[in-house]
Amino acid sequence: MGIDLVRFFGMLVHVTDTDSADYDYGVFSFASKAEVLDKAKEYWNPGKTQFWIDSGVPLVIDRREEYYLWDMSGKRLIDLHLNGGTYNLGHRNPEVVQALTVAMQHFDMGNHHFPALARTALAEALVTSAPAGLSKVIYGSGGGEAIDIALKTARHATQKRKIVSIAKAYHGHTGLAVGTGDDRFSKLFLADQPEEFPHVPFNDLNAMEEALRGRDVAAVIMETIPATYGFPLPDPGYLHAVKKLCQEFDALYIADEVQTGLMRTGELWGIAKEGIQPDILVTGKGISGGMYPIACVLVRDEHAGWLTEDGFGHISTFGGAELGCIAAIKALEICSRPETRSMVHYIADRVGTGLRAIQAEYPDWFVGIRQNGVILGLEFHHPQGAKYVMRQLYENGVWAIFSTLDPRVLQFKPGILLKPEVVDEVLDRTEVAIGRAYREAMGGRS
Amino acid sequence: MTALLADIPLEPAGVPRGRAMVERAQWASLAFATYDIETVRRIAQAAAEAGERVAAELGIAAVEETGFGVAEHKKLKNVACSVGIWNTYRDHDYVSPVLHPDRGIVEVPRPAGVVIALTPSTNPVATVFFKIMLALLTRNAIIICPHPFAKRVCTEAAHAMAEAAVAAGAPDGCIQVVEEPSIPLVNALMTDARVDVIVATGGTAMVRAAYRSGNPAIGVGPGNVPVMVDATADIAAAAHRIVASKAFDNSILCTNESVLIVEEKAAAGLEAALRREGAYVLAGEEIDAVKGVMFDGTSFDTAWVGKSAKQIAEAAGIKVPANTRILVAPFPLVVPEEMLAHEKLCPVLGMVVVPSAARGIDAARAVLRISGAGHSAAIHSEDAVTIMAFASAVPVLRVAVNVGNSLGSAGIETHLAPTMTIGTGFFGRSSVGENLEPKHLINMTRIAYPSHGSSAMPDFSALQPWHEPAGAVPPYPIASNMEGAPSLVRADDPQDELRDEIRRMVVEELREILRG
Repeated sequence: MGIDLVRFFGMLVHVTDTDSADYDYGVFSFASKAEVLDKAKEYWNPGKTQFWIDSGVPLVIDRREEYYLWDMSGKRLIDLHLNGGTYNLGHRNPEVVQALTVAMQHFDMGNHHFPALARTALAEALVTSAPAGLSKVIYGSGGGEAIDIALKTARHATQKRKIVSIAKAYHGHTGLAVGTGDDRFSKLFLADQPEEFPHVPFNDLNAMEEALRGRDVAAVIMETIPATYGFPLPDPGYLHAVKKLCQEFDALYIADEVQTGLMRTGELWGIAKEGIQPDILVTGKGISGGMYPIACVLVRDEHAGWLTEDGFGHISTFGGAELGCIAAIKALEICSRPETRSMVHYIADRVGTGLRAIQAEYPDWFVGIRQNGVILGLEFHHPQGAKYVMRQLYENGVWAIFSTLDPRVLQFKPGILLKPEVVDEVLDRTEVAIGRAYREAMGGRS
Repeated sequence: MTALLADIPLEPAGVPRGRAMVERAQWASLAFATYDIETVRRIAQAAAEAGERVAAELGIAAVEETGFGVAEHKKLKNVACSVGIWNTYRDHDYVSPVLHPDRGIVEVPRPAGVVIALTPSTNPVATVFFKIMLALLTRNAIIICPHPFAKRVCTEAAHAMAEAAVAAGAPDGCIQVVEEPSIPLVNALMTDARVDVIVATGGTAMVRAAYRSGNPAIGVGPGNVPVMVDATADIAAAAHRIVASKAFDNSILCTNESVLIVEEKAAAGLEAALRREGAYVLAGEEIDAVKGVMFDGTSFDTAWVGKSAKQIAEAAGIKVPANTRILVAPFPLVVPEEMLAHEKLCPVLGMVVVPSAARGIDAARAVLRISGAGHSAAIHSEDAVTIMAFASAVPVLRVAVNVGNSLGSAGIETHLAPTMTIGTGFFGRSSVGENLEPKHLINMTRIAYPSHGSSAMPDFSALQPWHEPAGAVPPYPIASNMEGAPSLVRADDPQDELRDEIRRMVVEELREILRG
């Protein structure tokens, strides 16, 4: 769907409504979707805005509820992108909304200088739920900042500078975090520092050992399953071996659990499901139910020395904002329920079974399913395969995103509270979309 | 926290948890609905035996927690509602298709789905067991919502059966229990659109709320059981049965006799026989003293539910013999303002003497005008004409003949379906008029061929739509590249040349996209 169609839909809405501002949101309004897209390019981000128009996904998210999104045109989408797990509990989860609404009668963001009610309560809840040994919580305002905090903590604890990460990894785009990721994002801002941030291929133990052998590495940072790379699964034993190498060469193991935590693997923390006790654990996105930004770093006492040496060592006005903490306490509680865990196992089973049935229909096109719980990467036999499927899914009312760093692979991320009938609907829509994408990719539109 | 943030009332914490239980139950019910009969029987038997194992211990615990009833009698009911139910229905099949080739019809059983079971404090464990057994036999997921007075023992009872059922292959979450019941939580559960049926055993208010919920409901009304003894009855046997039934679990079953109606000719003999069985017949001021204790103004004081005859006599300041099992309170006329004509969940039996069997039937009707319509009645008689006249005039849906009503109408000592839930039908504003049994928790999908024979029904006998689950339900979500993960098509081998080629293309195209 190109820009013209978008304008066409915008006009349709326009002519059927007599108000001058057809989209009135109280503190602002627009006449049409076309106006939003134009102004987004003019005042906000022309590159991003145009990218989605060109990709056939001219989405401007309007209403949001449960796992549904509505484009301004009124088109409904089932959200299987979840913005990287931010909407793990659905959009505007009523329990999180209620907790926040009530809290707003009493709390604001708080003052980061002081010990605080909600920050303390969340820290206790996180430590109680976390893999053994993690005992202190440090807050950031977002995942990138939390990664920076994790890296700074590792550097302080080890008095070493090097950070090893996985090639094509994504851990955020803040000052230090950007160094752990793909060059694309550091070179753009002249922020690449290859000597301090060596990258090694995923699932390559020899490369990892090579990188650590010099004992000059402060930490290895890894997503338990790398998201933007299309969720390639760690080979059996790989993460354990990396953890062992870290111990051998005095480096800390930082588990980036932003996308693999919060019950998405069928256990609260993906790294705990692997049976690994990391030195540092980072959580973000879904931790506050998509309602108020916050991210958290969990560290062991033995690496938390800077909190005593200079408690003001990392200052962040919005880090650990108390409203975010309250949303996070509720989100963590929902994720931790035995009912939720059971449902995730059911969802994972039904989605997996349904996708394998679809795969049987298109074995040469839909060539692989990477799955751990409700974290899925669907592999297609075409270098840009996932983009075709993404576009067809969008046409068919499902929003799932291709993997930035491996566009053969579609990220397919059902929410952990998805209802059985919605799972079935998703599978119906996915079957059609995969078939259409196949015919489109193989030449000639369906 | 609530105190500080009182402006907006927070939903009680249990309510969202309850909704999560419904969601989990829904998943469980979808899985359960595909199980085959052999697996269902294995699960039901395992749960029944688990119930039997804890029957005695939970009988004691129930009396301790609620203060109602007699532990030994509760054990009997717990056994009856676990292995007893299993033995009754072990050869029944609520799972496999039923063929009617002569009529060109095939019936395919379909479970309700998610059952919300409200259970009373009076028969806590037995009702929990009973409803779980019915749910398992019919492949339904069930959420037990116990009366708060009995929440601990009901939780234990449900957990005992749930663990055994899941160990035998039942889907995870098919038996859940609300550990901290509250009015908002019960309301939230009953009105949840994902609930398929509510089975409500309890007070009238709760039952009516179930019907108002907007969800399908099977509710039962209260009892108020008239028992008539006519001149043809075997008086000694009748007295024996009535006293035993009235004393059973201190009258806590809703089927316990409330008002004894005796034909004048038999009255003196029956009174003497009752005394021989351990009844103490109150007289004069004693009657008012007992009424004063039992009735709190215009209603039965629930503090006396399931208490013993001796405790009640003592409270009324009456000395009774040590072997007293029930108190009999004579009164002249069945009218609404006579409190002794109302339901009494304690071993006090009202008694009226009538000049004839016909007048006795009138009296029984009068009892049911007060409450208990659609429930049960008993008659001790050798005269089929009187029994038929009684059964066709009195608005109840079961008449137990020459047997104690407590266990007679409950189906334990008759061929009625054994039950802890008495359907009171249209008389009692209920959707079910029978003793609740498994068939009430399924519907049938009917495959129907034309009646004029233009298309003959093929042989469906070898077709079995249900199957045994392959393993734990749901399976543990192991990563798809681990040993034991289900796979249909293997993802390409990482060494594969094609894959390397694709990777090279990916890198190139990526570069193009990102820079272009």
